[in-house]
Amino acid sequence: MDNFIEVKNVTFGYKDYDNNNILNETCVINNISFNVRKGEFLALLGHNGSGKSTLAKMFNGMITPDKGEILIEGIRSDDEDRKYEIRSKVGLVFQNPDNQIVASIVEEDVAFGPENLGVPPKEIRERVDEALKAVDMYEYRNFAPHKLSGGQKQRTAIAGIIAMQPDCIVLDEPTAMLDPKGRAEVMSTIKKLNKEKNITVILITHYMDEAAAADRVIVIDNGDLLIDDTPKKVFSHVKLLKEHGLDVPQSAEIAYMLKGGKENDELPINRHRCVEYIVELLNNN
Amino acid sequence: MLSDITIGQFFPGNSIIHRLDPRIKLVLLLSFIVFIFITGNYFSLSFIFIFVLSVVIMSGVALKMYLKSLKAIVYIVLFTSVINLLYGRGEPIAQLGILKVTVSGINNAVFVFIRIVSLILISSVLTYTTSPTQLTDGMERLMSPLKVFKIQVHEIAMMMTIALRFIPTLLDETEKIMNAQKARGASMDSGNVIQRIKAFIPVLVPLLVSSFRRAYELATAMECRCYHGGDGRTRMKSLHLKKADYISSAVCVIAFCGVVALNIILPAAER
Repeated sequence: MDNFIEVKNVTFGYKDYDNNNILNETCVINNISFNVRKGEFLALLGHNGSGKSTLAKMFNGMITPDKGEILIEGIRSDDEDRKYEIRSKVGLVFQNPDNQIVASIVEEDVAFGPENLGVPPKEIRERVDEALKAVDMYEYRNFAPHKLSGGQKQRTAIAGIIAMQPDCIVLDEPTAMLDPKGRAEVMSTIKKLNKEKNITVILITHYMDEAAAADRVIVIDNGDLLIDDTPKKVFSHVKLLKEHGLDVPQSAEIAYMLKGGKENDELPINRHRCVEYIVELLNNN
Repeated sequence: MLSDITIGQFFPGNSIIHRLDPRIKLVLLLSFIVFIFITGNYFSLSFIFIFVLSVVIMSGVALKMYLKSLKAIVYIVLFTSVINLLYGRGEPIAQLGILKVTVSGINNAVFVFIRIVSLILISSVLTYTTSPTQLTDGMERLMSPLKVFKIQVHEIAMMMTIALRFIPTLLDETEKIMNAQKARGASMDSGNVIQRIKAFIPVLVPLLVSSFRRAYELATAMECRCYHGGDGRTRMKSLHLKKADYISSAVCVIAFCGVVALNIILPAAER
């Protein structure tokens, strides 16, 4: 598979002046390198303040690295002339759906992106209908956003990004403000887009169960890249993750405890596998 | 309490009024306002009032919603009517101390009442049947000649779209903050006016702060969706004048001519 995004030795810090006018630099990302392959479902894990949101805004050039470079299909993210090309290739969905919706009607909000790109009206109509169908919000196209549930609002926000026909969607904790039902809706939408439309998905989250659904998991802690592997391998490092204030999916945790705290590669990461695992253990004893 | 506010509410529908071009609707609204105020006698007044009522019925929006919009200003209407009633010129019909009721006073009161009610009704027709985006789109097009004077027409329209979009969101948030403050023992509904205004400060401050945070996040989200001002922007629903637009404009022009004719032919009411 081709590399879609290449992150090369990226370092970034926020600068601000404190009360005594002294420059403070907080390093948020510390010399990170990795690649995102075309069509893959990548989860970025890390607890609050680990620099994962900053990284999200770097993928489409909203923030440019202090050192190192990020290439999106070979285009440098700090290329001012191709700014809008990058932003239409890599769409960003944020945490609070309320603060991303611009228009007072669902379909008009979804049209906002393509309108900005100068797409002809007829094609916008087609793209909007297609995007709304992709997130199962077509029957709500004439609704006012404030009449929708959290999950529906977030799906509208995702549709707004899809209408720009991006190759990649970066979702920055899209389920953090949703109830369990909304969370399930959004997660199944994301998976569907990844499988059916072959859109590269980068999901930033601190829900371990969501990360377990990805093809690959990258764990970031205090600006350093901690692990980069498949979810199965990542979540077998129970001790390491716990040391960095992170959890593992509940299924892996149960299996880990049953084994008396011994790590192995065979820890189950979803409910179905967990049941099998426990049955197996019982049979063996 | 807060849910009573109907400003900028839109009721999707498929009536003739819904399908009219927003530009036409805006221009017609302005002319309606002018003609409501140049009515000079009861014939032209009732003529335009009936016309407004028929437009209200044609809009297909529940009459309840119109009553709701009238409810909000009922006191202002009654107050101005009563003031007008008492400050007429000419021979008093009835007198109580310095308060006197004259024929011109009664006329003025009725005129003010009907005029304000028609005004509210016809403006509600516009906001109820036009989606905010269409409305601001229409305004943007109508104001586009102002670009010659370096007025940022697109930016103004965008600000209005966002303002209308956030009215319900911020109302929700206000109610949440009020409840949170009440839970901490703040009393919002007791005491005199000054105490009540003071009690509102702990609501307004968090509301203001959170609006700024929302504005910042919205700006980021808009930039991520390639927003870069009005240049090179297209519209999903481009505006085209259709047959219905011409016909309805013609009907309204005829009605306006009727108002003027009635004003000229029949004697003016004593004012």
